[in-house]
Amino acid sequence: MKEPIFIAKDVVKQYGDYTALNKVSISVPKGSIYGLLGPNGAGKTTLMRIINQITAPDSGSLIFDGVPLEKHHISEIGYLPEERGLYKKMKVGEQALYLAQLKGMSYTDALAKLKFWFEKLDILSWWNKKVEELSKGMAQKIQFVVTVIHEPKLLIFDEPFSGFDPINAAIIRKEILELSENGTTIIFSTHRMESVEEICDHIALINKSQTVLEGPIDEIKKKFTNNSYEVITANKELSENDYFSIISKKDTTFRILLKEGKTQQEALQSIVAAMEIISFKKEIPSMEEIFIKAVNNA
Amino acid sequence: MHKIWLILKREYLVRVRKKAFIVMTIVGPLLMAALLIVPTYLAEESQELRNIAIEEDGFEFTNQLEDNEFLHFSKIPQEKATLLKEGFTESNYYALLHIEENNFTLYSNQQISLSVSNGIENQLEKIIEHQKLKAAGIDLTILESAESTVNITTKIISEDGNTTNSQAEASMGIGFICGILIYMFIFMYGTMVMRGVIEEKTSRIVEVIISSVKPFQLMMGKILGVALVGLTQFVLWILLTFAIATIAELLFMDASSMTTELNAAQQSVLLSEISSLTGGINLIQIFVSFLFYFLAGYLMYSSLFAAVGSAVDAEADTQQFVLPITIPLILSFILIQPIMENPDGTLAFWMSIIPFTSPVIMMVRLPFGVANWELALSVGILISSFILTTWFAGRIYRTGILMYGKKASYKELWKWLSYKA
Repeated sequence: MKEPIFIAKDVVKQYGDYTALNKVSISVPKGSIYGLLGPNGAGKTTLMRIINQITAPDSGSLIFDGVPLEKHHISEIGYLPEERGLYKKMKVGEQALYLAQLKGMSYTDALAKLKFWFEKLDILSWWNKKVEELSKGMAQKIQFVVTVIHEPKLLIFDEPFSGFDPINAAIIRKEILELSENGTTIIFSTHRMESVEEICDHIALINKSQTVLEGPIDEIKKKFTNNSYEVITANKELSENDYFSIISKKDTTFRILLKEGKTQQEALQSIVAAMEIISFKKEIPSMEEIFIKAVNNA
Repeated sequence: MHKIWLILKREYLVRVRKKAFIVMTIVGPLLMAALLIVPTYLAEESQELRNIAIEEDGFEFTNQLEDNEFLHFSKIPQEKATLLKEGFTESNYYALLHIEENNFTLYSNQQISLSVSNGIENQLEKIIEHQKLKAAGIDLTILESAESTVNITTKIISEDGNTTNSQAEASMGIGFICGILIYMFIFMYGTMVMRGVIEEKTSRIVEVIISSVKPFQLMMGKILGVALVGLTQFVLWILLTFAIATIAELLFMDASSMTTELNAAQQSVLLSEISSLTGGINLIQIFVSFLFYFLAGYLMYSSLFAAVGSAVDAEADTQQFVLPITIPLILSFILIQPIMENPDGTLAFWMSIIPFTSPVIMMVRLPFGVANWELALSVGILISSFILTTWFAGRIYRTGILMYGKKASYKELWKWLSYKA
């Protein structure tokens, strides 16, 4: 595994009597797209705020790129919060310049990079418009640009696709993947499991202020995969034998589970011998199923 | 520091470019200029010379009524008086004074101005008084020599034995103006800070910004930016008021065909009067203190206003928190008058020491003379409370700005103070 760009170890954060994070640990490998998952109120936003130093943990350690996280690291992190907005009365270009300069960029540098990004996303014509004249999706594009403008090593997106129509969501997804290819590490928080499967390679699942699952997505899937298969036969009744048991059936679609010590080949042969098979497929759980399973087990 | 500067610049430019700011900057001096000019104009108006006709059998009163700058008396025959009553408009008489025995009636075709009727009344009263004294056998020359005028000069002896002229009227004027200005400034710009914080919260930009800067930097940048807006407006007001007043006065003077020499003479008299009036007052001390209380008072209150803004989701919810903040401010405003009456009383002393009222009240007291140790104490307490409230407001602010959709109570705010940043 690549060395991590960010490590949180045993992070605890309390608000009065309420514990938002209880000994949460994550390790984000360099260059990965890291999915931060969890139901509402699990503590994802608090964790992201801690990474951004918006708030400090009560205890636990934070390591950024091999050294303890410090104030100056802010210019190497980009954050797109879930609750995001812009000054409505301010002009787009002026506002983008302001936010970029707050990230520590010089005026000329910010101007050049902004022009580049505005051109890339084909929004240069908005430069002198006021934000209140833009649609929500348009404003989101500008927010995306000002998040990535200072070319941080680590980007954190909280529900980046909410508020986008499918076309613009696809554009933003493409940009995120491109940033990742160029070596930027991305932490990505969402409820939408299909986008997790599409773009993440690592995940952490946080539930009730604790880390429930963490690791590369394929390893987690393997862990949640048991020896179950979906078999569709050509109008024939399938019955249990020495190799498998039947979990459920619907018409001629059966879910079977291999018996202890039996292999896939043995089961398949035993069925083929008796009837024609239309489909025989290993069941791999979707992230959504893993998510629900992990949350319910916890 | 660089980031506070960026924030300050934005806060300043956004507000200064607003239409409301530009309109206020222009309308304010116009109003003030009007306040300066209209009374002068009205005074000029009433000073116009008025012809008063007198209808009297004989010359008893007619001979004793004296012309002055405003009134010119002339006796007219009975038949002319009857004609006059029917047609004032064609004549150049303002009013007709009808005298019969000791009954006096003033006729006119318009509302007679109070100054005219008072002026005539005074003269008539004096004439009758003199008649009565004469009848009682008192010599008028004795009476005249007995008339005397007394002017009391009030002097203040300071602890080191120096005496200065005390000028209650000028002190009152300066104290009142300074107190009112500070009150207005704190109120207007403190709430401007609060609205700015609420705007950032409701537009949801605040989390984007505080991932780049500390909440405290954002708060201070905003407070200082707005302070600069206030100072800009203040300076522009003073400059524009003088400019407008000067231009208007020049136009006005031309129209009234006054010679510029007279004007200059009047001005020099006025100036010497002002300098004699303010002779006992330490103007430099007042100016420096004004700047200090102006800024320190604003900084203390605006940080509290910022904390309130951070705790609510909409301006409509601010009431319960704003009220306790504004009560001391309003109280000091109400008490300006009584404190001017007794600027060295216990109430005045304590209110100029307590930091929530001292910016207004100390400025009211200062022109009357305040002991150095009192001033030092007041300044010291104000500075330390400014630091304390900013710290306190900063802690509420940094938690409040990230709380959405939660109605904050005082208990809640208290808890926020203990959260680790």
